[in-house]
Amino acid sequence: MLKRVHFPTSLLPYLLVAPQVIITLVFFVWPASQAVYQSFLIEDAFGISTEFVWFENFSYLASDEQYLGTFGRTIFFSVCVAVLSMSAALLLAGFADRIVRGATTYRTLLIWPYAVAPVLAGALWVFMFNPTLGIFPYILEFVGIDWNHYLNGSHAMMLVIFAAAWKQIAYNFLFYLAAMQSIPRSLIEAAAIDGAGPVRRFWDHIFPLVSPTTFFLLVINAVYAFFDTFGIIHAVTQGGPANATTILVYKVYNDGFVGLDLGGSAAQSVILMVLVIAMTVVQFRYVERKVEY
Amino acid sequence: MIENRPILNMVSHAVLIFGVIIVALPIWITFVAATHDPVRMTQAPIPMLPGGYFWENFKQTLFGGGLSGTESAPVWRMLLNSLMMALMISFGKIAISLLSAFAIVYFKFPFRMGFFWLIFITLMLPVEVRILPTFEVVADLGMLNSYWGLSIPLIASATATFMFRQVFLTIPDEMLESARIDGAGPLRFFWDILIPLSRTNIAALFVILFIYGWNQYLWPLLITTETDMTTIVMSIKQMLEAAEQSPQWNIIMMTALLAMIPPVFVVVAMQRLFVQGLTETDK
Repeated sequence: MLKRVHFPTSLLPYLLVAPQVIITLVFFVWPASQAVYQSFLIEDAFGISTEFVWFENFSYLASDEQYLGTFGRTIFFSVCVAVLSMSAALLLAGFADRIVRGATTYRTLLIWPYAVAPVLAGALWVFMFNPTLGIFPYILEFVGIDWNHYLNGSHAMMLVIFAAAWKQIAYNFLFYLAAMQSIPRSLIEAAAIDGAGPVRRFWDHIFPLVSPTTFFLLVINAVYAFFDTFGIIHAVTQGGPANATTILVYKVYNDGFVGLDLGGSAAQSVILMVLVIAMTVVQFRYVERKVEY
Repeated sequence: MIENRPILNMVSHAVLIFGVIIVALPIWITFVAATHDPVRMTQAPIPMLPGGYFWENFKQTLFGGGLSGTESAPVWRMLLNSLMMALMISFGKIAISLLSAFAIVYFKFPFRMGFFWLIFITLMLPVEVRILPTFEVVADLGMLNSYWGLSIPLIASATATFMFRQVFLTIPDEMLESARIDGAGPLRFFWDILIPLSRTNIAALFVILFIYGWNQYLWPLLITTETDMTTIVMSIKQMLEAAEQSPQWNIIMMTALLAMIPPVFVVVAMQRLFVQGLTETDK
Protein backbone atom coordinates (compact mmCIF):
# COMPACT_ATOMS: atom_id res chain seq x y z
CA MET A 1 0.00 0.00 0.00
CA LEU A 2 2.52 2.55 1.18
CA LYS A 3 6.00 2.91 -0.25
CA ARG A 4 8.83 1.85 2.03
CA VAL A 5 10.48 5.14 1.20
CA HIS A 6 8.03 7.98 1.53
CA PHE A 7 7.72 11.66 2.20
CA PRO A 8 7.26 12.96 5.75
CA THR A 9 3.90 14.09 7.03
CA SER A 10 2.96 17.61 6.08
CA LEU A 11 0.00 19.57 4.87
CA LEU A 12 0.74 18.63 1.27
CA PRO A 13 -0.92 15.17 1.12
CA TYR A 14 -4.15 16.67 2.41
CA LEU A 15 -4.08 19.26 -0.34
CA LEU A 16 -3.42 16.51 -2.87
CA VAL A 17 -6.38 14.36 -1.89
CA ALA A 18 -8.63 17.38 -1.30
CA PRO A 19 -10.11 17.75 -4.82
CA GLN A 20 -11.12 14.13 -5.09
CA VAL A 21 -12.37 13.92 -1.52
CA ILE A 22 -14.43 17.10 -1.81
CA ILE A 23 -16.06 15.97 -5.05
CA THR A 24 -16.72 12.55 -3.55
CA LEU A 25 -18.35 14.06 -0.46
CA VAL A 26 -20.44 16.65 -2.30
CA PHE A 27 -21.59 14.62 -5.29
CA PHE A 28 -21.45 11.04 -4.04
CA VAL A 29 -21.67 10.60 -0.30
CA TRP A 30 -24.08 13.45 0.44
CA PRO A 31 -26.57 12.58 -2.35
CA ALA A 32 -26.41 8.91 -1.42
CA SER A 33 -27.17 9.69 2.21
CA GLN A 34 -29.98 11.97 1.06
CA ALA A 35 -31.40 9.09 -0.96
CA VAL A 36 -31.28 6.88 2.12
CA TYR A 37 -32.95 9.60 4.22
CA GLN A 38 -35.65 10.30 1.63
CA SER A 39 -36.42 6.63 1.36
CA PHE A 40 -37.81 6.85 4.90
CA LEU A 41 -40.10 9.76 4.03
CA ILE A 42 -43.46 10.06 2.35
CA GLU A 43 -44.37 13.38 0.80
CA ASP A 44 -47.95 14.33 0.11
CA ALA A 45 -49.06 14.96 -3.44
CA PHE A 46 -48.49 18.72 -3.26
CA GLY A 47 -45.05 18.56 -1.65
CA ILE A 48 -46.23 20.55 1.37
CA SER A 49 -45.66 18.14 4.21
CA THR A 50 -43.46 15.11 4.64
CA GLU A 51 -43.81 12.32 7.12
CA PHE A 52 -41.16 10.05 8.52
CA VAL A 53 -42.41 6.53 7.95
CA TRP A 54 -39.46 4.20 8.59
CA PHE A 55 -39.62 1.29 6.19
CA GLU A 56 -43.06 1.89 4.74
CA ASN A 57 -41.68 2.76 1.31
CA PHE A 58 -39.74 -0.48 1.28
CA SER A 59 -42.57 -2.67 2.50
CA TYR A 60 -44.80 -1.02 -0.08
CA LEU A 61 -42.29 -1.90 -2.79
CA ALA A 62 -41.99 -5.45 -1.49
CA SER A 63 -45.72 -5.94 -1.93
CA ASP A 64 -46.05 -3.90 -5.10
CA GLU A 65 -46.59 -6.33 -7.94
CA GLN A 66 -45.47 -3.83 -10.52
CA TYR A 67 -42.13 -3.39 -8.76
CA LEU A 68 -41.62 -7.12 -8.31
CA GLY A 69 -42.47 -7.59 -11.96
CA THR A 70 -39.87 -4.98 -12.86
CA PHE A 71 -37.35 -6.82 -10.74
CA GLY A 72 -37.99 -10.11 -12.49
CA ARG A 73 -37.94 -8.40 -15.86
CA THR A 74 -34.59 -6.78 -15.12
CA ILE A 75 -33.09 -10.14 -14.24
CA PHE A 76 -34.52 -11.74 -17.37
CA PHE A 77 -33.20 -8.86 -19.48
CA SER A 78 -29.73 -9.05 -17.90
CA VAL A 79 -29.46 -12.82 -18.30
CA CYS A 80 -30.51 -12.60 -21.96
CA VAL A 81 -28.08 -9.78 -22.71
CA ALA A 82 -25.20 -11.51 -20.94
CA VAL A 83 -25.81 -14.93 -22.49
CA LEU A 84 -26.41 -13.61 -25.98
CA SER A 85 -23.43 -11.26 -26.16
CA MET A 86 -21.05 -13.54 -24.28
CA SER A 87 -21.78 -16.61 -26.38
CA ALA A 88 -21.46 -14.62 -29.60
CA ALA A 89 -18.17 -13.18 -28.36
CA LEU A 90 -16.91 -16.59 -27.24
CA LEU A 91 -17.67 -18.09 -30.64
CA LEU A 92 -15.96 -15.28 -32.52
CA ALA A 93 -12.96 -15.23 -30.19
CA GLY A 94 -12.61 -19.00 -30.50
CA PHE A 95 -12.33 -18.73 -34.26
CA ALA A 96 -10.18 -15.60 -34.17
CA ASP A 97 -7.77 -17.36 -31.82
CA ARG A 98 -7.21 -20.08 -34.46
CA ILE A 99 -6.33 -17.64 -37.18
CA VAL A 100 -2.72 -16.63 -37.48
CA ARG A 101 -2.97 -14.02 -40.19
CA GLY A 102 -5.61 -11.32 -40.00
CA ALA A 103 -6.60 -11.77 -36.37
CA THR A 104 -5.86 -8.11 -35.61
CA THR A 105 -7.87 -6.99 -38.62
CA TYR A 106 -10.88 -8.89 -37.32
CA ARG A 107 -10.29 -7.42 -33.89
CA THR A 108 -10.32 -3.89 -35.32
CA LEU A 109 -13.53 -4.62 -37.19
CA LEU A 110 -15.23 -6.12 -34.15
CA ILE A 111 -14.31 -3.81 -31.26
CA TRP A 112 -15.63 -0.44 -32.30
CA PRO A 113 -19.29 -0.87 -31.23
CA TYR A 114 -17.87 -0.37 -27.75
CA ALA A 115 -17.51 3.30 -28.63
CA VAL A 116 -21.14 3.73 -29.67
CA ALA A 117 -23.27 5.34 -26.98
CA PRO A 118 -26.12 3.12 -25.69
CA VAL A 119 -28.73 5.62 -26.79
CA LEU A 120 -27.25 5.66 -30.31
CA ALA A 121 -27.23 1.87 -30.38
CA GLY A 122 -30.90 2.08 -29.46
CA ALA A 123 -31.55 4.58 -32.24
CA LEU A 124 -29.87 2.38 -34.87
CA TRP A 125 -31.85 -0.70 -33.86
CA VAL A 126 -35.12 1.15 -33.62
CA PHE A 127 -34.56 2.38 -37.15
CA MET A 128 -33.74 -1.09 -38.48
CA PHE A 129 -36.86 -2.48 -36.83
CA ASN A 130 -39.17 0.44 -37.57
CA PRO A 131 -42.50 -1.30 -38.33
CA THR A 132 -43.27 0.72 -41.45
CA LEU A 133 -39.80 1.40 -42.86
CA GLY A 134 -37.29 -0.88 -41.22
CA ILE A 135 -35.46 -3.53 -43.15
CA PHE A 136 -36.11 -6.36 -40.70
CA PRO A 137 -39.89 -6.03 -40.39
CA TYR A 138 -39.90 -6.01 -44.19
CA ILE A 139 -38.01 -9.33 -44.27
CA LEU A 140 -39.97 -10.80 -41.36
CA GLU A 141 -43.21 -10.17 -43.21
CA PHE A 142 -42.23 -12.86 -45.71
CA VAL A 143 -42.14 -15.46 -42.94
CA GLY A 144 -45.45 -14.23 -41.61
CA ILE A 145 -44.28 -12.26 -38.59
CA ASP A 146 -45.97 -8.93 -38.13
CA TRP A 147 -43.27 -7.05 -36.24
CA ASN A 148 -44.40 -4.11 -34.15
CA HIS A 149 -42.48 -3.28 -31.03
CA TYR A 150 -44.73 -0.30 -30.33
CA LEU A 151 -47.62 -2.65 -29.62
CA ASN A 152 -46.12 -6.02 -28.84
CA GLY A 153 -44.34 -6.28 -25.50
CA SER A 154 -42.20 -9.30 -26.32
CA HIS A 155 -41.10 -7.72 -29.59
CA ALA A 156 -40.06 -4.62 -27.64
CA MET A 157 -38.16 -6.74 -25.13
CA MET A 158 -36.36 -8.62 -27.91
CA LEU A 159 -35.39 -5.37 -29.58
CA VAL A 160 -33.81 -3.85 -26.45
CA ILE A 161 -32.02 -7.15 -25.75
CA PHE A 162 -30.59 -7.19 -29.29
CA ALA A 163 -29.44 -3.59 -29.07
CA ALA A 164 -27.88 -4.05 -25.63
CA ALA A 165 -26.17 -7.32 -26.55
CA TRP A 166 -24.90 -5.95 -29.86
CA LYS A 167 -23.09 -3.13 -28.10
CA GLN A 168 -21.50 -5.44 -25.55
CA ILE A 169 -20.13 -8.06 -27.99
CA ALA A 170 -17.04 -5.92 -28.60
CA TYR A 171 -16.08 -5.79 -24.95
CA ASN A 172 -16.62 -9.50 -24.34
CA PHE A 173 -14.77 -10.42 -27.52
CA LEU A 174 -11.74 -8.41 -26.48
CA PHE A 175 -11.51 -10.08 -23.08
CA TYR A 176 -12.12 -13.59 -24.42
CA LEU A 177 -9.53 -13.17 -27.15
CA ALA A 178 -6.94 -11.87 -24.68
CA ALA A 179 -7.66 -14.79 -22.33
CA MET A 180 -7.37 -17.37 -25.12
CA GLN A 181 -4.15 -15.89 -26.43
CA SER A 182 -2.58 -16.12 -22.98
CA ILE A 183 -3.14 -19.91 -22.81
CA PRO A 184 0.26 -21.59 -23.30
CA ARG A 185 0.46 -23.04 -26.80
CA SER A 186 2.22 -26.17 -25.51
CA LEU A 187 -0.93 -27.17 -23.62
CA ILE A 188 -3.09 -27.07 -26.72
CA GLU A 189 -0.37 -28.76 -28.78
CA ALA A 190 -0.14 -31.59 -26.26
CA ALA A 191 -3.88 -32.08 -26.52
CA ALA A 192 -3.63 -32.13 -30.30
CA ILE A 193 -0.87 -34.77 -30.18
CA ASP A 194 -3.11 -36.87 -27.94
CA GLY A 195 -5.63 -36.81 -30.73
CA ALA A 196 -8.10 -34.18 -29.54
CA GLY A 197 -9.76 -32.43 -32.48
CA PRO A 198 -10.45 -28.71 -32.57
CA VAL A 199 -13.96 -29.00 -31.09
CA ARG A 200 -12.80 -31.28 -28.32
CA ARG A 201 -9.88 -29.00 -27.55
CA PHE A 202 -12.19 -26.03 -27.35
CA TRP A 203 -14.65 -27.58 -24.90
CA ASP A 204 -12.21 -29.61 -22.82
CA HIS A 205 -9.26 -27.21 -22.66
CA ILE A 206 -9.84 -23.71 -23.88
CA PHE A 207 -13.30 -23.17 -22.41
CA PRO A 208 -12.37 -24.36 -18.88
CA LEU A 209 -9.15 -22.35 -19.01
CA VAL A 210 -10.97 -19.12 -19.81
CA SER A 211 -13.62 -19.72 -17.13
CA PRO A 212 -12.16 -17.00 -14.85
CA THR A 213 -12.77 -14.59 -17.72
CA THR A 214 -16.28 -15.97 -18.15
CA PHE A 215 -17.04 -15.32 -14.50
CA PHE A 216 -15.54 -11.85 -14.62
CA LEU A 217 -17.54 -11.01 -17.74
CA LEU A 218 -20.73 -12.32 -16.16
CA VAL A 219 -20.40 -9.75 -13.39
CA ILE A 220 -19.43 -6.95 -15.76
CA ASN A 221 -22.30 -7.77 -18.14
CA ALA A 222 -24.77 -7.90 -15.29
CA VAL A 223 -23.67 -4.45 -14.11
CA TYR A 224 -23.88 -3.20 -17.69
CA ALA A 225 -27.37 -4.59 -18.24
CA PHE A 226 -28.60 -3.27 -14.91
CA PHE A 227 -27.26 0.26 -15.12
CA ASP A 228 -25.80 1.25 -18.47
CA THR A 229 -28.75 0.31 -20.62
CA PHE A 230 -30.89 3.24 -19.55
CA GLY A 231 -30.16 5.05 -22.82
CA ILE A 232 -31.25 2.07 -24.92
CA ILE A 233 -34.55 1.67 -23.09
CA HIS A 234 -35.20 5.40 -23.10
CA ALA A 235 -34.59 5.72 -26.83
CA VAL A 236 -36.21 2.51 -28.03
CA THR A 237 -39.31 1.89 -25.94
CA GLN A 238 -39.51 4.33 -23.01
CA GLY A 239 -40.28 1.35 -20.86
CA GLY A 240 -43.35 0.45 -22.89
CA PRO A 241 -45.54 -0.89 -24.25
CA ALA A 242 -47.42 -1.24 -20.96
CA ASN A 243 -44.19 -1.41 -18.93
CA ALA A 244 -43.01 -4.46 -20.89
CA THR A 245 -39.44 -3.12 -20.99
CA THR A 246 -39.30 -1.09 -17.77
CA ILE A 247 -36.18 -2.16 -15.91
CA LEU A 248 -35.14 -1.05 -12.42
CA VAL A 249 -32.99 1.93 -13.43
CA TYR A 250 -35.66 3.16 -15.77
CA LYS A 251 -38.28 2.90 -13.03
CA VAL A 252 -36.17 4.94 -10.60
CA TYR A 253 -35.90 7.68 -13.20
CA ASN A 254 -39.52 7.47 -14.21
CA ASP A 255 -40.97 7.45 -10.69
CA GLY A 256 -38.64 10.20 -9.53
CA PHE A 257 -38.51 12.65 -12.44
CA VAL A 258 -41.74 11.94 -14.25
CA GLY A 259 -43.97 10.60 -11.47
CA LEU A 260 -42.41 12.80 -8.74
CA ASP A 261 -42.80 10.07 -6.13
CA LEU A 262 -39.68 11.07 -4.20
CA GLY A 263 -39.89 8.58 -1.34
CA GLY A 264 -40.64 5.64 -3.58
CA SER A 265 -37.93 6.56 -6.05
CA ALA A 266 -35.42 7.02 -3.23
CA ALA A 267 -36.30 3.63 -1.76
CA GLN A 268 -35.69 2.09 -5.19
CA SER A 269 -32.36 3.93 -5.38
CA VAL A 270 -31.36 2.44 -2.05
CA ILE A 271 -32.23 -1.06 -3.26
CA LEU A 272 -30.15 -0.44 -6.39
CA MET A 273 -27.25 0.77 -4.25
CA VAL A 274 -27.36 -2.45 -2.25
CA LEU A 275 -27.29 -4.38 -5.54
CA VAL A 276 -24.28 -2.44 -6.83
CA ILE A 277 -22.44 -2.94 -3.57
CA ALA A 278 -23.16 -6.68 -3.70
CA MET A 279 -21.92 -6.90 -7.29
CA THR A 280 -18.79 -4.91 -6.48
CA VAL A 281 -18.02 -7.18 -3.54
CA VAL A 282 -18.50 -10.28 -5.70
CA GLN A 283 -16.28 -8.79 -8.37
CA PHE A 284 -13.48 -7.95 -5.96
CA ARG A 285 -13.58 -10.94 -3.66
CA TYR A 286 -14.49 -13.92 -5.78
CA VAL A 287 -13.74 -13.19 -9.39
CA GLU A 288 -9.99 -13.53 -9.13
CA ARG A 289 -9.91 -16.36 -6.62
CA LYS A 290 -12.75 -18.82 -6.89
CA VAL A 291 -12.45 -20.01 -10.45
CA GLU A 292 -8.95 -21.35 -10.77
CA TYR A 293 -7.31 -24.30 -12.38
CA MET B 1 -1.32 -22.98 -35.82
CA ILE B 2 -1.32 -26.46 -34.40
CA GLU B 3 -2.37 -28.53 -37.37
CA ASN B 4 -3.16 -27.74 -40.96
CA ARG B 5 -6.88 -27.94 -41.54
CA PRO B 6 -7.72 -25.87 -44.61
CA ILE B 7 -11.46 -26.48 -44.34
CA LEU B 8 -11.58 -25.42 -40.70
CA ASN B 9 -9.58 -22.31 -41.57
CA MET B 10 -12.11 -21.42 -44.21
CA VAL B 11 -14.93 -22.00 -41.75
CA SER B 12 -13.14 -19.77 -39.23
CA HIS B 13 -12.85 -16.94 -41.72
CA ALA B 14 -16.44 -17.43 -42.81
CA VAL B 15 -17.73 -17.25 -39.23
CA LEU B 16 -15.62 -14.19 -38.46
CA ILE B 17 -16.72 -12.41 -41.62
CA PHE B 18 -20.31 -13.21 -40.78
CA GLY B 19 -19.72 -11.81 -37.28
CA VAL B 20 -18.20 -8.63 -38.70
CA ILE B 21 -21.20 -8.23 -41.01
CA ILE B 22 -23.65 -8.63 -38.12
CA VAL B 23 -21.71 -6.15 -36.02
CA ALA B 24 -21.36 -3.65 -38.85
CA LEU B 25 -24.86 -3.94 -40.30
CA PRO B 26 -26.51 -1.29 -38.08
CA ILE B 27 -23.78 1.18 -38.99
CA TRP B 28 -24.04 0.39 -42.68
CA ILE B 29 -27.78 1.00 -42.63
CA THR B 30 -27.21 4.25 -40.76
CA PHE B 31 -24.67 5.37 -43.30
CA VAL B 32 -26.90 4.47 -46.22
CA ALA B 33 -29.84 6.28 -44.65
CA ALA B 34 -27.68 9.37 -44.30
CA THR B 35 -26.97 9.43 -48.04
CA HIS B 36 -30.53 9.58 -49.34
CA ASP B 37 -33.07 12.34 -49.73
CA PRO B 38 -35.98 12.58 -47.28
CA VAL B 39 -38.56 11.38 -49.80
CA ARG B 40 -36.70 8.14 -50.53
CA MET B 41 -36.45 7.52 -46.77
CA THR B 42 -40.22 7.35 -46.39
CA GLN B 43 -40.68 4.49 -48.84
CA ALA B 44 -40.42 0.90 -47.67
CA PRO B 45 -38.24 -0.99 -48.10
CA ILE B 46 -35.47 1.42 -47.26
CA PRO B 47 -32.46 1.32 -49.59
CA MET B 48 -29.44 -0.87 -48.84
CA LEU B 49 -27.03 0.97 -51.13
CA PRO B 50 -25.76 4.54 -50.69
CA GLY B 51 -27.42 7.37 -52.54
CA GLY B 52 -26.04 10.70 -53.70
CA TYR B 53 -27.24 13.07 -50.97
CA PHE B 54 -24.44 12.65 -48.47
CA TRP B 55 -23.05 16.22 -48.69
CA GLU B 56 -26.45 17.88 -48.77
CA ASN B 57 -27.50 16.00 -45.67
CA PHE B 58 -24.15 16.66 -44.08
CA LYS B 59 -24.43 20.42 -44.61
CA GLN B 60 -28.04 20.59 -43.58
CA THR B 61 -27.37 18.61 -40.42
CA LEU B 62 -24.22 20.35 -39.34
CA PHE B 63 -25.07 23.97 -40.10
CA GLY B 64 -28.83 23.99 -40.58
CA GLY B 65 -31.13 23.78 -37.60
CA GLY B 66 -31.06 20.00 -37.61
CA LEU B 67 -34.61 18.78 -38.02
CA SER B 68 -36.93 21.28 -39.58
CA GLY B 69 -39.87 22.18 -37.42
CA THR B 70 -38.10 21.56 -34.11
CA GLU B 71 -36.33 24.00 -31.91
CA SER B 72 -32.85 22.81 -31.22
CA ALA B 73 -29.30 24.04 -31.22
CA PRO B 74 -27.31 23.58 -34.43
CA VAL B 75 -25.48 20.29 -34.56
CA TRP B 76 -22.00 21.85 -34.56
CA ARG B 77 -22.89 23.47 -31.24
CA MET B 78 -23.93 20.09 -29.80
CA LEU B 79 -20.71 18.51 -31.04
CA LEU B 80 -18.78 21.28 -29.31
CA ASN B 81 -20.72 20.72 -26.07
CA SER B 82 -20.03 16.99 -26.25
CA LEU B 83 -16.36 17.60 -26.90
CA MET B 84 -16.09 20.02 -23.97
CA MET B 85 -17.86 17.61 -21.64
CA ALA B 86 -15.76 14.62 -22.73
CA LEU B 87 -12.48 16.54 -22.42
CA MET B 88 -13.36 18.06 -19.05
CA ILE B 89 -14.38 14.69 -17.66
CA SER B 90 -11.29 12.89 -18.90
CA PHE B 91 -8.75 15.56 -17.93
CA GLY B 92 -10.48 16.18 -14.62
CA LYS B 93 -10.58 12.51 -13.71
CA ILE B 94 -6.95 11.97 -14.66
CA ALA B 95 -5.78 15.06 -12.74
CA ILE B 96 -7.54 14.43 -9.46
CA SER B 97 -6.82 10.69 -9.56
CA LEU B 98 -3.10 11.25 -10.16
CA LEU B 99 -2.94 13.65 -7.23
CA SER B 100 -4.79 11.47 -4.77
CA ALA B 101 -2.96 8.31 -5.82
CA PHE B 102 0.32 10.17 -5.34
CA ALA B 103 -0.72 11.25 -1.84
CA ILE B 104 -1.88 7.77 -0.84
CA VAL B 105 1.18 5.93 -2.12
CA TYR B 106 3.98 8.37 -1.25
CA PHE B 107 2.88 10.02 1.98
CA LYS B 108 2.24 8.74 5.44
CA PHE B 109 -0.41 10.86 7.09
CA PRO B 110 -3.30 10.40 9.52
CA PHE B 111 -6.56 9.14 7.93
CA ARG B 112 -4.69 7.96 4.84
CA MET B 113 -6.70 4.72 4.71
CA GLY B 114 -9.88 6.61 5.56
CA PHE B 115 -9.46 8.71 2.43
CA PHE B 116 -8.67 5.60 0.46
CA TRP B 117 -11.96 3.95 1.47
CA LEU B 118 -13.87 7.15 0.86
CA ILE B 119 -12.61 7.11 -2.73
CA PHE B 120 -13.41 3.41 -2.97
CA ILE B 121 -17.06 4.13 -2.13
CA THR B 122 -17.54 6.04 -5.38
CA LEU B 123 -17.24 2.70 -7.18
CA MET B 124 -20.46 1.63 -5.53
CA LEU B 125 -22.51 4.72 -6.32
CA PRO B 126 -22.96 5.08 -10.07
CA VAL B 127 -24.92 8.13 -11.13
CA GLU B 128 -27.93 5.99 -11.99
CA VAL B 129 -28.63 5.05 -8.36
CA ARG B 130 -28.44 8.54 -6.89
CA ILE B 131 -30.00 10.54 -9.69
CA LEU B 132 -32.48 12.70 -7.82
CA PRO B 133 -30.38 13.85 -4.84
CA THR B 134 -27.34 14.53 -7.04
CA PHE B 135 -29.55 16.59 -9.31
CA GLU B 136 -30.72 18.59 -6.28
CA VAL B 137 -27.13 19.25 -5.18
CA VAL B 138 -26.16 20.47 -8.63
CA ALA B 139 -29.28 22.64 -8.80
CA ASP B 140 -28.53 24.14 -5.37
CA LEU B 141 -25.00 24.96 -6.46
CA GLY B 142 -26.38 26.75 -9.52
CA MET B 143 -24.53 24.49 -11.92
CA LEU B 144 -27.45 23.53 -14.16
CA ASN B 145 -26.87 24.28 -17.83
CA SER B 146 -23.14 24.73 -17.49
CA TYR B 147 -20.08 22.75 -18.49
CA TRP B 148 -19.17 22.50 -14.81
CA GLY B 149 -22.45 20.87 -13.96
CA LEU B 150 -22.05 18.49 -16.89
CA SER B 151 -18.60 17.32 -15.91
CA ILE B 152 -17.68 17.81 -12.24
CA PRO B 153 -20.22 15.44 -10.66
CA LEU B 154 -18.86 12.66 -12.89
CA ILE B 155 -15.22 13.39 -12.22
CA ALA B 156 -14.53 11.44 -9.03
CA SER B 157 -13.36 7.99 -9.99
CA ALA B 158 -12.16 5.10 -7.90
CA THR B 159 -10.98 3.05 -10.88
CA ALA B 160 -8.58 5.73 -12.12
CA THR B 161 -7.18 6.26 -8.63
CA PHE B 162 -6.68 2.51 -8.22
CA MET B 163 -4.96 2.25 -11.54
CA PHE B 164 -2.49 5.04 -10.79
CA ARG B 165 -1.90 3.58 -7.35
CA GLN B 166 -1.01 0.29 -9.02
CA VAL B 167 1.31 2.04 -11.46
CA PHE B 168 3.08 4.00 -8.72
CA LEU B 169 3.58 0.87 -6.64
CA THR B 170 5.56 -0.73 -9.48
CA ILE B 171 7.95 2.21 -9.69
CA PRO B 172 11.15 1.22 -7.82
CA ASP B 173 11.90 2.92 -4.51
CA GLU B 174 15.36 3.82 -5.72
CA MET B 175 13.76 6.45 -7.94
CA LEU B 176 12.51 8.37 -4.96
CA GLU B 177 15.73 7.84 -2.99
CA SER B 178 17.91 9.21 -5.75
CA ALA B 179 15.52 12.05 -6.44
CA ARG B 180 15.65 13.06 -2.80
CA ILE B 181 19.43 12.87 -2.74
CA ASP B 182 19.42 15.18 -5.72
CA GLY B 183 17.30 17.54 -3.68
CA ALA B 184 13.89 17.13 -5.37
CA GLY B 185 10.85 17.95 -3.28
CA PRO B 186 7.58 16.00 -3.51
CA LEU B 187 6.05 18.16 -6.22
CA ARG B 188 9.20 18.16 -8.30
CA PHE B 189 9.37 14.36 -7.97
CA PHE B 190 5.71 14.07 -8.98
CA TRP B 191 6.02 16.35 -11.98
CA ASP B 192 9.43 15.30 -13.32
CA ILE B 193 9.49 11.59 -12.52
CA LEU B 194 6.06 10.11 -11.80
CA ILE B 195 4.16 11.82 -14.61
CA PRO B 196 6.67 10.95 -17.36
CA LEU B 197 6.88 7.36 -16.08
CA SER B 198 3.11 6.86 -16.21
CA ARG B 199 2.64 8.54 -19.58
CA THR B 200 1.33 5.51 -21.46
CA ASN B 201 -1.06 4.68 -18.63
CA ILE B 202 -2.39 8.21 -18.73
CA ALA B 203 -2.88 7.98 -22.49
CA ALA B 204 -4.63 4.62 -22.20
CA LEU B 205 -6.92 5.92 -19.52
CA PHE B 206 -7.65 9.01 -21.57
CA VAL B 207 -8.99 6.89 -24.43
CA ILE B 208 -11.39 5.07 -22.12
CA LEU B 209 -12.50 8.21 -20.30
CA PHE B 210 -13.03 10.18 -23.49
CA ILE B 211 -15.49 7.54 -24.69
CA TYR B 212 -17.12 7.40 -21.27
CA GLY B 213 -17.53 11.18 -21.23
CA TRP B 214 -18.72 11.52 -24.81
CA ASN B 215 -21.33 8.81 -24.37
CA GLN B 216 -22.90 10.16 -21.18
CA TYR B 217 -26.65 10.30 -21.61
CA LEU B 218 -28.75 10.31 -18.45
CA TRP B 219 -26.75 13.01 -16.69
CA PRO B 220 -26.80 15.65 -19.46
CA LEU B 221 -30.44 14.79 -20.06
CA LEU B 222 -31.26 15.86 -16.50
CA ILE B 223 -29.19 18.96 -16.04
CA THR B 224 -29.45 20.68 -19.40
CA THR B 225 -32.73 22.44 -20.07
CA GLU B 226 -31.42 25.10 -22.44
CA THR B 227 -31.09 23.98 -26.04
CA ASP B 228 -27.68 25.67 -26.24
CA MET B 229 -26.21 23.18 -23.78
CA THR B 230 -27.53 19.93 -25.24
CA THR B 231 -25.02 17.30 -26.24
CA ILE B 232 -25.08 15.43 -29.52
CA VAL B 233 -25.80 12.07 -27.89
CA MET B 234 -28.84 13.54 -26.14
CA SER B 235 -30.20 15.14 -29.28
CA ILE B 236 -30.78 11.76 -30.95
CA LYS B 237 -33.52 10.97 -28.50
CA GLN B 238 -35.28 14.26 -29.14
CA MET B 239 -35.04 13.64 -32.87
CA LEU B 240 -36.51 10.17 -32.49
CA GLU B 241 -39.44 11.70 -30.66
CA ALA B 242 -39.91 14.26 -33.40
CA ALA B 243 -39.64 11.47 -35.97
CA GLU B 244 -42.94 10.06 -34.81
CA GLN B 245 -44.68 13.04 -36.39
CA SER B 246 -42.51 13.85 -39.38
CA PRO B 247 -39.86 11.29 -40.11
CA GLN B 248 -36.66 12.74 -41.53
CA TRP B 249 -34.55 9.68 -41.16
CA ASN B 250 -31.80 10.99 -43.40
CA ILE B 251 -31.11 13.86 -40.98
CA ILE B 252 -31.53 11.72 -37.86
CA MET B 253 -29.14 9.08 -39.14
CA MET B 254 -26.64 11.71 -40.26
CA THR B 255 -26.71 13.12 -36.73
CA ALA B 256 -26.25 9.64 -35.31
CA LEU B 257 -23.29 9.16 -37.63
CA LEU B 258 -21.73 12.46 -36.53
CA ALA B 259 -22.32 11.53 -32.89
CA MET B 260 -20.50 8.24 -33.14
CA ILE B 261 -17.60 9.20 -35.39
CA PRO B 262 -15.38 10.87 -32.74
CA PRO B 263 -15.41 8.04 -30.16
CA VAL B 264 -15.20 5.32 -32.82
CA PHE B 265 -12.27 7.12 -34.41
CA VAL B 266 -10.53 7.31 -31.04
CA VAL B 267 -11.00 3.58 -30.44
CA VAL B 268 -9.83 2.50 -33.88
CA ALA B 269 -6.93 4.94 -34.17
CA MET B 270 -5.62 4.23 -30.68
CA GLN B 271 -6.50 0.57 -30.54
CA ARG B 272 -3.45 -0.55 -28.60
CA LEU B 273 -3.93 2.11 -25.92
CA PHE B 274 -7.65 1.39 -25.84
CA VAL B 275 -7.12 -2.31 -25.16
CA GLN B 276 -4.53 -1.50 -22.52
CA GLY B 277 -6.81 1.01 -20.84
CA LEU B 278 -9.78 -1.34 -20.84
CA THR B 279 -7.93 -4.25 -19.29
CA GLU B 280 -6.12 -2.10 -16.73
CA THR B 281 -9.09 -0.21 -15.38
CA ASP B 282 -11.47 -3.11 -15.05
CA LYS B 283 -9.28 -5.76 -13.52
